[in-house]
Amino acid sequence: MSTAVEETHHDTHHDHKPYGIGRWLFTTNHKDIGSMYLWFSFIMFLTGGAMAMVIRAELFQPGLQLVDPHFFNQMTTVHGLIMVFGAVMPAFTGLANWMIPMMIGAPDMALPRMNNWSFWILPFAFVILLGSLFMEGGGPAFGWTFYAPLSTTYSSDSTALFVFAIHIMGISSIMGAINVIVTIMNMRAPGMNYMKMPLFVWTWFITAFLLIAVMPVLAGAVTMVLTDKYFGTSFFDAAGGGDPVMFQHIFWFFGHPEVYIMILPSFGIISAIIPAFTRKRLFGYASMVYATAAIALLSFLVWAHHMFTTGMPVFAELFFMYCTMLIAVPTGVKIFNWVATMWRGSMTFETPMLFALAFVILFTIGGFSGLMLAITPVDFQYHDTYFVVAHFHYVLVTGAIFSIMAASYYWLPKWTGHMYDTTLAKTHFWTSLISVNVLFFPMHFAGLAGMPRRIPDYATQFADINQIASIGGFAFGLSQLIFLWVAIKCVKGGEKAEAKPWEGAEGLEWTVPSPAPYHTFEKPPKVE
Amino acid sequence: MKMKPLWALLALTSLPAAAQSRLNLTQGVTEVSNRVYDLHMIIFYICCVIGVVVFGLMFISMIRHRKSKNPNPANFHENVKVEIAWTIVPLLILVGMAIPATTTLIAMEDTSDADVTVQVTGSQWKWHYKYFENEVEYFSRLATRQEQIDNKFEKGENYLLEVDRPLVIPTGKKVRFLVTSDDVIHSWWVPDFAVKKDANPGFINETWTKVDEPGIYRGQCAELCGKDHGFMPIVVIAKEPAEYEKWITEKEAEQQAAREREQELLAMEMSEDELMDLGEKVYNSTCAACHQANGQGVDGVFPALAGSGVSVDPEAKDKHIDIVVNGVTGSAMQAFGSQLSMRELAAVITYERNAWGNETGDLIQAADINEVMNQ
Repeated sequence: MSTAVEETHHDTHHDHKPYGIGRWLFTTNHKDIGSMYLWFSFIMFLTGGAMAMVIRAELFQPGLQLVDPHFFNQMTTVHGLIMVFGAVMPAFTGLANWMIPMMIGAPDMALPRMNNWSFWILPFAFVILLGSLFMEGGGPAFGWTFYAPLSTTYSSDSTALFVFAIHIMGISSIMGAINVIVTIMNMRAPGMNYMKMPLFVWTWFITAFLLIAVMPVLAGAVTMVLTDKYFGTSFFDAAGGGDPVMFQHIFWFFGHPEVYIMILPSFGIISAIIPAFTRKRLFGYASMVYATAAIALLSFLVWAHHMFTTGMPVFAELFFMYCTMLIAVPTGVKIFNWVATMWRGSMTFETPMLFALAFVILFTIGGFSGLMLAITPVDFQYHDTYFVVAHFHYVLVTGAIFSIMAASYYWLPKWTGHMYDTTLAKTHFWTSLISVNVLFFPMHFAGLAGMPRRIPDYATQFADINQIASIGGFAFGLSQLIFLWVAIKCVKGGEKAEAKPWEGAEGLEWTVPSPAPYHTFEKPPKVE
Repeated sequence: MKMKPLWALLALTSLPAAAQSRLNLTQGVTEVSNRVYDLHMIIFYICCVIGVVVFGLMFISMIRHRKSKNPNPANFHENVKVEIAWTIVPLLILVGMAIPATTTLIAMEDTSDADVTVQVTGSQWKWHYKYFENEVEYFSRLATRQEQIDNKFEKGENYLLEVDRPLVIPTGKKVRFLVTSDDVIHSWWVPDFAVKKDANPGFINETWTKVDEPGIYRGQCAELCGKDHGFMPIVVIAKEPAEYEKWITEKEAEQQAAREREQELLAMEMSEDELMDLGEKVYNSTCAACHQANGQGVDGVFPALAGSGVSVDPEAKDKHIDIVVNGVTGSAMQAFGSQLSMRELAAVITYERNAWGNETGDLIQAADINEVMNQ
């Protein structure tokens, strides 16, 4: 996309930032809020990661060594909730806050006060959720999917806190999504029509609609859990005329679009980084947009593939199998487009590119196992085993989280004005790449060999595989401390970054100085 | 851990077989499980081929189209023909995959014309089997000793995959399972049959299998069902039809005799020692998972029995019996009236009222239980 800016900005003379804690508490600046989202998500990533370490330590050997099964269940549950709602989603919102206004030539987000509010309620949600772990009876222990009646009749009283925490996270997400949509629809610079928007903007635009469509469904599900548990309703209780399987239908009607919420922005990030380091335009821009929209639409028609074993009619199973298989088509288009972008390009392998390439390969592996899981008769064997655990960690860790790391390394110079320590960054990449595969690849085998998920202890035949996975897990966990180190070092100082530190990078964000001034594009740039 | 070298040796001697079962999906022992395995391998190979092509092109590109080798990038960025091709070709592969998947699925879901029907009921954390053609029903619980789980004893060969009373089915016959639950959702899974079906409280799911090879087949609960989800395995023994007939007839007679003995026992008094001994056994196998072996329960989840509640209240003897027999609606406390014999119920309630420093001095007899049951 060829863009030209009318004049270079001289914003520095009115680059006044408020000082002290007030700057952060009351800020309406999209960059400050973006930074807070990113730091918050990183703290949550380490918190959820610490819980994963507890899980992997307990699973290091057969037998119960460190924690009791009830606490183990709390760890798997809260690990999942934190990673989904605390790490991945806020990280994407943080990136959206920082980058969308700069990419479309807008001075800020359209609804800055709501932006502040949508961030600042998040820490409270997670304090409530984490606090519930210290209650009598422990925190939520029913899996992040909180299937009724395990989450209603059979749960501890911390369930009420869990419900409120989810409500707050949902409100935050919906506000963030409204903000993204309003910003994109109203604040594009003159000449920036829809089909000129960077793909990160496009994918977030579609993601925001998904969020608005499904977060209220989640809110409905948790509210029904609350009333079933405390107010005598029977939505999910057969004894009162309800149906526990209905819970799963409602949950996954939220849950499946939710997994695309966590991957579509990644597609946008990768579609920015691969062309930048290939020095070649993205192949098939229009088909990327259409494929994203197709995936988003299909995401509403596949939810019951999470429920093949619940006892559905054969026709329903066939319908959901076919729809799920269809998703492979637009997803394949994207991967082929990225490979075609690389083809006959002029590639270099800076850290963002390394993460992006790892994303393409490892996300595709997650896609393959997803395709295998779509085949209903075989899903009966895979369902609720470690094969599923391997699958969704490939798409979420080496997919979503790798793309977030790629984005961080791509835009860190723009955010901080400093070039980061590339040796350290590459060390982070290689240690993460190796350890993440040692961690998750063997899980495919554990699942195929018959190890169910969410168990604190296992038959001795799974011992070797679990030991390998645990070692990979500890290494992956430690590797992320390198990331923290790189980020802090880069914020504090380093070689001065140019306005456009990457030779092949395109987009309005590279037309402003590094670090990006506190206020950018107060006069809209003109896009040709 | 001492077992390890031995295992390694065993694994070496039978490498092909062991390697397959440890790292890949089991082929299983039924026609359906073999078809499922074949589907699994087909889709796996398709993924491998696509992976080799796509990743191959990527790596070629990364090697040949790097800046040092190719300083001037090409500038193509669309090609309608290629784009149509890579939309249509995957679609055709998917159609090719969907056809065998559909026929297999339809075959798997055909539960008609069963020879034997067994109702499978999950509850926290055990399975209950009830044969429809014969008056036989029983619970099936984990048989692995707690000391093995706690790493005090060496782990056995079938650690966590062994039960006290396995399900027995005849070979060569279509066995239909009606799967349901008494409390939360469980999932009945035997990999060798390629059967996994959720047990939903208040609803009945159907599934079936037809096993040709006699043998012992092991599985586990596959749906998170609370604290001891990892400790409710499934063991199925497939016997030749003649052997099966012999087993089920014996079992039926045995259970009939037990019911008669139960009636006789109503008139008999058990001594304190008898009650406490049996009570402790029943408590440890049935109650300790929640209320803990020391009666302390788990704060906020499972109430303590030691030193609190009905078990120390001398006035609440009948209430105590009622809770154990009929359960507590809206909680994890199950109705044990249908799970334990009156003798066992009497013993375990006596135990709860007199163990861990609880000193009600009450001795409960089978007749007391019978009275509450008939109320």
